[in-house]
Amino acid sequence: MANIKTSEKKSKAQSMGMHTEVLTGRTQQKFFNPDEAENFYYFGTYDVDFNKRTDLDVMNMSAPEANKEIDNLMSQGYGTIVIKNPQGKHSLGVGILNKLNLIFEGSLGYFGMGSCDGPIVRINGRVGWSCAENLMAGKVVIEKNAGSCFGAAIRGGDLICKGSVGARTGIDMKGGTIIIGGDAGAFTGFMMQRGRIIILGDVGINLGDSMYDGTIFVGGEIGSYGSDAVDAELTSSDQDWLRRKLKVAEIGEDFDVSKMKKIVAGKKLWNYDNLEPTEKKGAI
Amino acid sequence: MCGIAGLIHRGKSSNVGSELQGMLQALKHRGEDSTGYALYGDTDGKNFIMRFKVGENVGEGSSSVMEDVSVYDERKKIVDQTLSEMGAKIIKEERTLPYSLRYEVDYETKDLLDFSQRIESIPGVEILSMGKSLEVIKDLGNAKMVCDRYSLDKLVGTHAIGHARMATESGVDIKSAHPFWGYPFSDVSVVHNGQLTNYWNNRRVLENKGMRFMSECDSELIAVYIAQKMREGASLEEGMKDSLSGLDGVFTYFVATKDSLGMAKDTMAAKPLVLYESDDLVAMGSEEIAIRSVLPHEIDTYDPFDGEVKVWQI
Repeated sequence: MANIKTSEKKSKAQSMGMHTEVLTGRTQQKFFNPDEAENFYYFGTYDVDFNKRTDLDVMNMSAPEANKEIDNLMSQGYGTIVIKNPQGKHSLGVGILNKLNLIFEGSLGYFGMGSCDGPIVRINGRVGWSCAENLMAGKVVIEKNAGSCFGAAIRGGDLICKGSVGARTGIDMKGGTIIIGGDAGAFTGFMMQRGRIIILGDVGINLGDSMYDGTIFVGGEIGSYGSDAVDAELTSSDQDWLRRKLKVAEIGEDFDVSKMKKIVAGKKLWNYDNLEPTEKKGAI
Repeated sequence: MCGIAGLIHRGKSSNVGSELQGMLQALKHRGEDSTGYALYGDTDGKNFIMRFKVGENVGEGSSSVMEDVSVYDERKKIVDQTLSEMGAKIIKEERTLPYSLRYEVDYETKDLLDFSQRIESIPGVEILSMGKSLEVIKDLGNAKMVCDRYSLDKLVGTHAIGHARMATESGVDIKSAHPFWGYPFSDVSVVHNGQLTNYWNNRRVLENKGMRFMSECDSELIAVYIAQKMREGASLEEGMKDSLSGLDGVFTYFVATKDSLGMAKDTMAAKPLVLYESDDLVAMGSEEIAIRSVLPHEIDTYDPFDGEVKVWQI
């Protein structure tokens, strides 16, 4: 990945909303360069045809067996796979680093769709804790509700829950967008570092607690603000972006985004650019 | 990590023993040091059902010791004699295991405190549950093992809660296993997933008020805490809401009474709970796969939010 910190591409990435802060001092950052996207290649990924479709019944399969079979089907070129009877099993659909249309006809347990990069996923049910943890790219749509730690540490992609989600949604997220059609629990956006969260309904206590950066938009009531989470002005470009995102997410198309609240980091907790005292280094 | 599960049928009875066994077995990966059931069976409501033990089943880290069956026999005789002295008549007696007994007792009382204190003053004897409907059965092993050992799969009733335990705070034995009876209240039971950090402070306060603790398991505090609130005149729901501030730590717990089932989740929402609710059934568990064992078809479930308390009636 190219270091675009000093190039003009930096402003392009910023205009896309991929990051807003300017860090100085010893902090080293590397940002995604959109011009190099086509050069990315994962060893072991497959050339699949979205028009080649098949069903996979996982009723009597363990999660590893089901995930291996998904991989096997992709290796045969299947680009659209419909999973039947997921039955709330844990860790289904994890580690898919491929373009793929994946449809779950039912609910997932914990850690569903974890560590994925690229697939377009629709889950016609509910998901348990830590859905799509570490998502890098792609789109995951959940038709019903989601458990806690929804989208923990995601780095990219769109994660959409049409229902309500539990606590700590977007904890430690580093990019991407999380969109919630219903309500969200306590500690939403806890320690988030980048990316955006949109909640159309109410949100619980300690919203955005200890967030480093990123943005949270809330349509309903806020239980309370977390440490260092502050209100910010909702700009017209924010509203345009929200309308586009909600349309793409298939929810809240008619939602009045002009009344949404925008929450960002107050940045009073930032200390990672401070040089450590020499004597402290000596002690270490 | 432990697993909890519960269900309540509204307006009808069902085979809750078998249903809860399926739910808890689905959670066995969360812990199988011990498993416990609190089953609310269909009864005529005339007699008390007393589940008690006269000895321990001892596992890793337990402070108890295994004893000879002759010791159990001697304790049983003293229990029978004490019941007779209190005017309690044993209607039916079952001895499932040498250390575990089930009595149906004809006894007229409003407060079970004195009754329980006298029975439990016999060394090595602990009442696991007392009620007109409640039966607490708990032992070492996973849900199927305990269910098979105590033949619970045929029990018909309206509601039940249960616990699959991974021992962390105390040893592996029956006294530390869940559910806990809400001593000295008839038909009150509790299961818990989490850790309580102000256990000792609360325990000292409650012991000074005359409440008893049988184990060093922090979860027992919830049962005693709620029972004390009810002694002071609070309703079940009021006691549970009070616990959100009175108990410190991370927890999701269930409380059941003769005709109701409740859940409470701490204000950090740090422990999982998935809930299914319909007009005729409420089923909940630490993971959705527990609910799937009784409702395999596609259903709508959700996670209760932080600080949420809910109570359902049969």
